[in-house]
Amino acid sequence: MESNASFVNFSEKSTIKVALIGNPNSGKSTLFNALTGLNQKTGNFPGVTVDKKSGFSKLNASVTAEFIDLPGTYSLYPKSLDERVAFEVLCNAGNTNHPDVTIIVADASNLKRNLFLVSQIIDLKIPVILALNMMDMVEKEGDVIDAIRLSEKLGVKVIGISARNKEGVEVLKQALLQPLPVPQYDFIDIKKIVPDAIEKVKAVIKVKSDFEAFQIINNLSDINYLHNAEMQTKITDALNTLIIDTNKLQSIESVERYKIINRIAEDCITRKSAIKTESFTQKLDSVLTHRIWGYAIFLIILFFIFQTIFFLAAFPMDWIESLFISISEITANVLPKGELSNLLVNGIIAGLSGVVVFVPQIALLFAFIAILEDTGYMARVSFIMDKLMRRFGLNGRSVIPLISGVACAVPAIMSARTISSWKERIITIMVTPLMSCSARLPVYTLLISLVVPQNKTLGFFNYQGLILMALYLIGFIAAIGAAWVMKWILKARERSYFIMELPVYRSPQWRTVGYTIYDKVKMFLFDAGKIIVAISIILWFLSAHAPGNKFEEIEKKYQDYSWRAEMNQDQIAAKIASEKLEASYAGMLGKSIEPAIKPLGFDWKIGISLVTSFAAREVFVGTMATIYSAGNTDNTQTIREKMAAEKNAETNQPKFTIAVGFSLMIFYAFAMQCMSTLAVVYRETKSWKWPTIQFFFMGALAYLSSFIVYQLLK
Amino acid sequence: MTPKTKGLKNLSQLKIGQSAIIDSFTDKHMALKLLEMGCTPGEIVKLARIAPLGDPIAISVAGYLLSLRKAEASTVLVSPILVK
Repeated sequence: MESNASFVNFSEKSTIKVALIGNPNSGKSTLFNALTGLNQKTGNFPGVTVDKKSGFSKLNASVTAEFIDLPGTYSLYPKSLDERVAFEVLCNAGNTNHPDVTIIVADASNLKRNLFLVSQIIDLKIPVILALNMMDMVEKEGDVIDAIRLSEKLGVKVIGISARNKEGVEVLKQALLQPLPVPQYDFIDIKKIVPDAIEKVKAVIKVKSDFEAFQIINNLSDINYLHNAEMQTKITDALNTLIIDTNKLQSIESVERYKIINRIAEDCITRKSAIKTESFTQKLDSVLTHRIWGYAIFLIILFFIFQTIFFLAAFPMDWIESLFISISEITANVLPKGELSNLLVNGIIAGLSGVVVFVPQIALLFAFIAILEDTGYMARVSFIMDKLMRRFGLNGRSVIPLISGVACAVPAIMSARTISSWKERIITIMVTPLMSCSARLPVYTLLISLVVPQNKTLGFFNYQGLILMALYLIGFIAAIGAAWVMKWILKARERSYFIMELPVYRSPQWRTVGYTIYDKVKMFLFDAGKIIVAISIILWFLSAHAPGNKFEEIEKKYQDYSWRAEMNQDQIAAKIASEKLEASYAGMLGKSIEPAIKPLGFDWKIGISLVTSFAAREVFVGTMATIYSAGNTDNTQTIREKMAAEKNAETNQPKFTIAVGFSLMIFYAFAMQCMSTLAVVYRETKSWKWPTIQFFFMGALAYLSSFIVYQLLK
Repeated sequence: MTPKTKGLKNLSQLKIGQSAIIDSFTDKHMALKLLEMGCTPGEIVKLARIAPLGDPIAISVAGYLLSLRKAEASTVLVSPILVK
C-alpha cells in the first residue's frame, strides 16, 4: 500500500532475536519446535511466573536466530498475565526479550479471527513477518488465499507455511535475512478514536506508534514497563482532564479492526463453496459431546490412561529401581566403607533414584495429554465436563489432573498447566494430592491386612477390598470438598472466562507428542529433581546419624558373643539397624512428636515412619520393617507378623487395633507426605507459598480426621 | 442483502441450528473478550451445540466453533434470522 516503506535488515548481525506470537491453536508451538528442534530451553520471563521457551537455530554460516516463544494470545489487551507479557515484550524496547523481528503465526484456515492480533501487532510498527500456517488445510478445503494480495493489504511480508509438514519453514528462516518492511500505515485510524489523549501521551513518553499510546491510555496500571512511578504519574496527570472510558475505546477499536479485516478477508480468500457439507469435525462432535456416548467414551479414555499409567509404568519403574540398586551396590563395594560411601549410596543415589523413578509415569501421562490436546479432544472434555466441575471451583480441564492423581500426583499436577484460569488451576493443583496415589497402596495394603479380617465378606464383597475402595473414595471426596471450600476462599486474580475455541479435529502429531514428553521430563528432572535430591539427603542424614557416639555403642553391644547364642547373623544385623534408627535424629524426631500424635493412637515408632515417609509414602513399609527389625523388607508377611504381635504396653492388648489401623490409614490418605509433590507444586506455581499452604492444610485435615477416627473407634 | 430478522433475544436462548445476527452486548468486559474472538455486531452466529448438561454452548462464528458458558452468552443480544 505504501510505496515509501522503510526497511530493516538484520543480516549483518550475528544473532537475530525473533519473537513468535499467535493465537492459541495457531500451530505456534509446532512452528517453534520445527524452527529450533531440541535446541530449546525453558526459563522465566523476568519478574513474572510465565514460562518462557527459547531456542536457537542457525540461519546461515554467520547468522544465528534466537527464537522466543511468546504465550498464545488472541489480542494485545493485557487482561491476563500471558497477554501482559506478550504486549510488554513487543512494546518495550528495554525489555531483555524485545525482538528484532516478530513472526506472527496465523491459522490460515481461520484467518479472520487470527488477523485481529495480526492487525494489532502491525499497528505497533515493529518489523514483522506473517506466517500463514496450515496452508495445507486451506488447500484441502479447496479454498485459496492470495498471499501476495494479503501482503499488499497488510504492508508486511506474508509466507505460507505448514508447520506440521515442515513446509515453508526454511523459506521463513531465510526471510529473516532479507530486508523487512516496517509497517508504515495504521491498520485502523487509532487517532480518530481518542485524538487528544493520544497526543497528550505522546507529549510525555516516546512511543513508536499511536497504538502503543492507545494501549498505554487503556492499561495504564497494568503495563509493567511504566512501573517507573514518575512516568506513570506524568501520564496520569496529562490525561486527568479527559474522561476516558477504556472499555468503550477498546470496543470501538475491536469493531473498527474487524470492519477492515472482513474487507481484507473478502478480498484475499476465495472459497470453494459457500455452503459446506457437514464436516468431519461436526460428525465427530455429535458423538464425542453426546449426552451418553460423550461421557462413555471419555470414561473409557480415562480408564485406559489410568490403567496404562498405573500398570504399564510399573515395568520401567522396576527397571529403574533395580538399576539404581545395582549402582548403589557397586558404589558401596568400590568405595571404602565410611561416611562418603554412605552419603553417596543412601543419600545421593537413593535421592536420584527417587527422582528418575517418576519419569515413566510423567512420560506416559504427557504422551496421552499431548495426543488429547493435539487432536482437539481436550477442548471437548472441557466442554462436556465444565458444568459439573464448575460447582466445585474447578474447570472442565481439572478432570485429567484429578484422575491422574490416582496414579501419581507429580505428573498430574504438571498436567494442570492446560487450565487457563489462574484460580481454577491453583485449586486443581492444591487438591490433586488428596486423590489416593499409587504410593499409598503399599501402606494401605499392609494396614488393611493387619487390622481387617481376611475372610469376612459382605455378600460378594470381601471386607478388605471394600475398605481399600472406600479409601480411594474418601480421597476423591476430600479433593472435591477441599476444592469447593477453596472456591470461596481464593480470590480470583482475573475474571474467569470459558470463552474458548473448539478447534477442528486433527490426527495427532508424533513429533509434538515427543517434544511434550521431552519437555516435561526435562523440566521435572532439573527443576523439581534438585529439591527432591536435597531433601532426600537431609532425610538420609537424619536417619543415618545420631548425636554423640550412640551408633558405636549399639554396635559394641552386639559384638558381645553372648548374642550369637540367641540370634543368627541376620537377626543381629536387623536388631542393630532397628536400634540405630531409634537412636538417630529421625528417631529422636519421631519420639519428640509422640505427645502430639498420641491422641491419634500413634506411638514413636509410627512417628519415625511418618518422618521418613516424607521421602515417599511407601517408605512407611520399609521403616516399619527396620523398626520391627523384620530384616528383609520385601517380605511383608514378616513385617505384618511382627506388627501384629506388638503389644500395647499399657493395656497388653495388640497394639495395632482397628482404631489405630484406621486412624493411620486416614492419616496417610490426607497428609501431604511427599516431597516430590511439594517440589512440583513449587515448580508449577513458582512460589513456596502454595506448597506451604498445601502441606499445612493437608496436615491439619489428616490430623483432625485421624483424631476423630481414633477417638470414635477406640 | 440483509436477512430478515425478528426482535432481540439472548444468544443463550437460540435453538440448536438457529442463526442470528449479533446486535449488541450488555456486559462491557465480556463484550471486549467476545469482540476479540470475532463476535462483532453484524456478524452472523449459529448455535451449533449445547453441552450435555445444558451448559456451556458452542456457537459457530467467523468460520470457527466457539464455546462459551450460558451466563456469558446471555450478555449478547442477537436478532434471530427468520427461516423462510
